[in-house]
Amino acid sequence: MKLSKKGASPFFTRSGLMRGGVLIAVLIVMPQLFPQHWIWNMMFFTVLYAAMSVAWNLIGGFAGYPSLGHAAFFGIGAYATASIFKSSEILTNGWQPFFMLPLVGLGCAILALPIGYIAMRVRANIFAIVTITLLFVAQTLGYNLKSITGGAQGAGLSVAPFHLDIFEQPFYFAAATLLLFAMGIAYFITKTKLGMALTSIRADEDKARGVGVRTTGIKVITFAVSVGITGMAGGIWAYYLGFIYPQFAFDPLITIAIVLMTFLGGRATVWGPVLGAAILMPAQQLLAYYVGGSQIYLIAYAAIFLLIMLLLPRGILPTFLNKRRMDSMATKGDLSGTSTTPVTTGGSKS
Amino acid sequence: MNNINHSNSGVLLKLTDVVAGYGSGMVLKGVNLELKKGDVMCLIGPNGAGKSTVLKTVSGLLPPKEGAVVFEGQNIAGHTPKENLRRGIVHVPQERSLFPGMTVWDNLLMGGYLIRSRKVIQDRIDEAAHLFPIVTERRNTHAGSLSGGEQKQVELARTLIFDPKLILLDEPSIGLDPKSRRLVFEAIRGLATAGRTILLVEQNARSGLAAADQGAILETGLVRITGVAATLLEDPEVARLYLGASTMTRPPAKTQQEN
Repeated sequence: MKLSKKGASPFFTRSGLMRGGVLIAVLIVMPQLFPQHWIWNMMFFTVLYAAMSVAWNLIGGFAGYPSLGHAAFFGIGAYATASIFKSSEILTNGWQPFFMLPLVGLGCAILALPIGYIAMRVRANIFAIVTITLLFVAQTLGYNLKSITGGAQGAGLSVAPFHLDIFEQPFYFAAATLLLFAMGIAYFITKTKLGMALTSIRADEDKARGVGVRTTGIKVITFAVSVGITGMAGGIWAYYLGFIYPQFAFDPLITIAIVLMTFLGGRATVWGPVLGAAILMPAQQLLAYYVGGSQIYLIAYAAIFLLIMLLLPRGILPTFLNKRRMDSMATKGDLSGTSTTPVTTGGSKS
Repeated sequence: MNNINHSNSGVLLKLTDVVAGYGSGMVLKGVNLELKKGDVMCLIGPNGAGKSTVLKTVSGLLPPKEGAVVFEGQNIAGHTPKENLRRGIVHVPQERSLFPGMTVWDNLLMGGYLIRSRKVIQDRIDEAAHLFPIVTERRNTHAGSLSGGEQKQVELARTLIFDPKLILLDEPSIGLDPKSRRLVFEAIRGLATAGRTILLVEQNARSGLAAADQGAILETGLVRITGVAATLLEDPEVARLYLGASTMTRPPAKTQQEN
């Protein structure tokens, strides 16, 4: 009797490759269908937030450590990019900031190592509080380290020399690349032992250590990767806006948005955060577009969060997949099922 | 595979004058034990006698203060649990050790976390599934939704992923109903027939001894009596002191269970 369904599943499954291909196609084709700038703008933010949600999900979803301080690294990435590209001299064709991003990300990740090592000495729920403190520390520094950040007056970058008709496109594709990179890491996690290790950490950290998982190392490195991607997103964002303020670079709403997107789509899944971002970000932008530049979306956020907690505590994707699995089991009359889905659903936490 | 050797010469584990404890108090005050390859030994004794502590000194969770723990001819006293795991000593703790939110299958895979080769893990899981059909039948069920007895079976199945030479079981039947308890003891016999050596701690002294080849009675940190399990079960003195006096007039546990 061979039982090797999951144990020996290949790294690239056909359905996985197909889904990846479809995503790339959609990312390329979608914007071509809409010439309007506001739609390009909306899609840029959707893809950027999707990338951040996928990144947050690595630590907040898979490992079960809900960081509320990711916006701190978003801001650090933004200000790092801003201080490198203050003057237009090094900005010849406009692409340099994008090529600088990996370095910004690496810097954020290295910075995150000691922070994560200290913050992760506490368990999941306290970790959320520790990291939110980090965010406010970073924000205060943003206001007060005037020589680097310009304080409340903000910091300017040189304007990207892209043609106005296609101005958003380079940013959009940079964010899309970042999204694919983040999803690649998430996919890698679900397909390797690392995913098992993170799931076991989420389930019960002491038992995870008991079976030989190096919990501290894995947690800290996952945190570093996660905030590294977030820092890169901050860099793209800063370059796109051209002028940044501490208030918006270190904004708790950024954290709230990506956490909400992840929870809505489904924690600890590859696609959940993307789905959540694809629903929430356009909704928020359309709301602003049609109702006016209001903060109504904040009320909507709170309402959505309550609804998720009430109706879909596990998020859209896990709920849907579980229902499909149950249906297929029922039709087969087979309790064992044959699902090879990488979706693992932890206990309902926080 | 490890060897299936029932010959009387092969001593797998030998404890000599083991003294161990927590803080300044000594729980074990010179324990001597000898376990042969392929045997099941059941440790019984009153609460606080040091039964679980014996297991901990063997697996390395609690380094002994004095004495020798000789495993396969090598003194492993003071070695870490990880080293001993690689050596083939698996400790199944008293409390539930599965991840309740993960599926049975993932729990088994987690058991092989330290093993690099997927092929090896796969083969061992296939072997475990042969002995414990439940891991195939309920492979996609969350471990937390299994009954206590089923969870224990999955835990036992998981130990096989290390291809252990010695399995240390701390009260495997705790909190189980009689039917599940019988299943667990059958599983332990199954492990023994597959060539594993087992050191078992049990409060259900009768069931434990019934499933074992050898028995040892521990009291206040010392081994009082050792012997063939079946003999201990029938010994009126042992029955009076350690198995509960009222059971003296009843038939042995084995026939009770079969009712």
